Amino acid sequence: MFQIIKQIIKTGIKTETPPRADESMRVDTQRLQQAILDAFGGALAIRQVDAGSCNACELEIHAVNNAYYNIEGLGIKFVASPRHADLLLVTGPVSRHMEIALKRTFDATPEPKLVVAIGDCACDGGIFGESYASCGKVANVIPVDVVVSGCPPTPTAILQGILTAISAKK
Amino acid sequence: MPIKHPNLNLSRLTDALPAWTGDVSPDDLYDICQQVRDGGGRLVALWGSDPRLQGSGCDTLPTESADCGSRALAPPLASEGSAPPCRGRCFFLHVTLMNETGLVCLNVPLPSEHPNYPDISRIFPAANRMQRAAYDLLGIYAHDGHDHRKWLRHGAWHSGSFPLRKDFDAAASRTQDADDYPFVQVEGQGVHEIPVGPVHAGIIEPGHFRFSIIGERVLRLEERLGYVHKGIEKRFESMSLQQGAKLAGRVSGDSTVAYAWAYAMAAESVAKVTPPGRALWLRALLLERERIANHLGDLGYLGNDVALSFGFAQFWILKEQVLRNNAALFGHRYLMDKIVPGGVTVNLSLEGKSLIEQECDMLEQQVSILRGIYDEHAGVQDRFIATGRVEPALAAQLGLCGLAGRASAQAWDARVQFACAPYDKLDVQMATYRNGDVAARAIVRFDELFESLRLQRDILVNLIHEDEAPALLEKLPPNGFGIGMVEGWRGEVLVAIHTDAMGNLTRVHPHDPSWQNWPLLEHAVIDNIVPDFPLINKSFNLSYTGQDL
Repeated sequence: MFQIIKQIIKTGIKTETPPRADESMRVDTQRLQQAILDAFGGALAIRQVDAGSCNACELEIHAVNNAYYNIEGLGIKFVASPRHADLLLVTGPVSRHMEIALKRTFDATPEPKLVVAIGDCACDGGIFGESYASCGKVANVIPVDVVVSGCPPTPTAILQGILTAISAKK
Repeated sequence: MPIKHPNLNLSRLTDALPAWTGDVSPDDLYDICQQVRDGGGRLVALWGSDPRLQGSGCDTLPTESADCGSRALAPPLASEGSAPPCRGRCFFLHVTLMNETGLVCLNVPLPSEHPNYPDISRIFPAANRMQRAAYDLLGIYAHDGHDHRKWLRHGAWHSGSFPLRKDFDAAASRTQDADDYPFVQVEGQGVHEIPVGPVHAGIIEPGHFRFSIIGERVLRLEERLGYVHKGIEKRFESMSLQQGAKLAGRVSGDSTVAYAWAYAMAAESVAKVTPPGRALWLRALLLERERIANHLGDLGYLGNDVALSFGFAQFWILKEQVLRNNAALFGHRYLMDKIVPGGVTVNLSLEGKSLIEQECDMLEQQVSILRGIYDEHAGVQDRFIATGRVEPALAAQLGLCGLAGRASAQAWDARVQFACAPYDKLDVQMATYRNGDVAARAIVRFDELFESLRLQRDILVNLIHEDEAPALLEKLPPNGFGIGMVEGWRGEVLVAIHTDAMGNLTRVHPHDPSWQNWPLLEHAVIDNIVPDFPLINKSFNLSYTGQDL
């Protein structure tokens, strides 16, 4: 126990200032009302769905949980069920084999809900595109509020996308 | 020459690896596999190809395919530029085997009317899912197989169409059929099932797990994968060599360096070129950095999964520092697109060298402290030890490989056995344990982490500075075949490249070690409690996208 406490103290606080919301990332300005945003308050529950990614976006989503980005410190946490979630964080081109699962996850998420598409493949199909096995971008399958490009996007960009989705419309 | 058989004529494939190739008839395939197995060898990869419409050898597609029978075949593919007579009329099955002396890629021509071959999953159980995937994608099948259930195909295309056939029609293959899969049912008093997935309760890739349990104890686990099948192999066929390098780096994002290197090695083996020494040293540096980053991340999550969130916080601080150094030195946190056919697209300055040296010192010190804490933490050890055990005998029988294999006494590491340059100058120390439990897989990660830090230092010392600019490959020769294999952090990653009469990519097969290891996870969880499954799963940390393709 002593070793653990010593190590924690020696490590110190690594958390950095979070990025500001970026309005240019918003693609759907119609779906959300100020009132709904107020309902989320300062807390947000996220359900992450890998709909066919190469797993690199997942690595960066893991990273936003590390001490540097400390997403939980902002009142945002990842939850185990879409039924507990306010926001879906979706990666990958949507594989045809995940199409139904993604739609069901979306349907299981209570209104009001937000969808943030993470990564180039989720934004436009990326290198995998559309094919016999891939539906391409996430917006081809469920409505998307905010897109975050990058291959993979940095943790800062992911955080920015999430904060953009929940920030009040200017 | 690793295999001797009267009907097998082998030719050397590449200088980078001790690898050979040769054609065999379906009748001889079984005997050769048995011989390799008896000699302690393993199955590395199995895939099919469709060279029928390439116009090499014959212009039309004949219905008769007498050449594909059991009689003696044409000379080996790689020994000459032209295609053997059978090419153009048959499907091919490709089976890559490995023993202590090297790799052998067997090419088995299969008649296009009835493209079948003997079931080799009776010799190598790991072949089961690969054979089923080869049927789903290409329609070639093991005629005496005992398991003909679909594997990669769910409901995206119908059972009579095969995406990797050159005459595949994507529009006509669409189906609205519901996906049904015959899981094995366990019956008995008090037995019930827990279906999990494909969307999991965490930030994980999708797949379905069907647990049959009694009380809290797992009687049986059956995996159903293929959810992230996004048509990678088909995609390669329309790509240039350079685009293919990018796609190879995105087969499994956590192993992008390993895939990009294996792809480049395969391309270089087709083109018969060797990149300059400095490029090879840089590739090894990137590969070890990928291993370090992934092992740090996994060790953090292993702590997290036994409720030691301190472990997660600490290890992920270290991982983040490695990723930031990657971004600063090489321009990408995960080192994507840095290895290309012919060489690398990065360089390392003297300041960069000293930054990595400082990072090595810092990691060595910090990881030693954290290892001490894990070792002495009663709660951690109680959860780790004897959990998710794979006995060495079972691991050998079923072909467990890579990191998980080494934790179950399977002493294979491509950096050691088939040390391609620059590993031939590095004397890699392999980490092996016999216990095969979560604790052993954690220890192997710790050992390999320290070894990678040592290797990084050695690489920096050897990184010669005379700058022979690498000649990046533009185009590959026609009718070529090459393979590349790299020991990624998870295990050996193999990429095979076939080119057509124009020198374009006609078939690229990336193979992830997860193919071999997923079936062992089913065994590892037997008799464990359901709440330990996430921990056991994490200790293997297998790729979904790498095997779903």
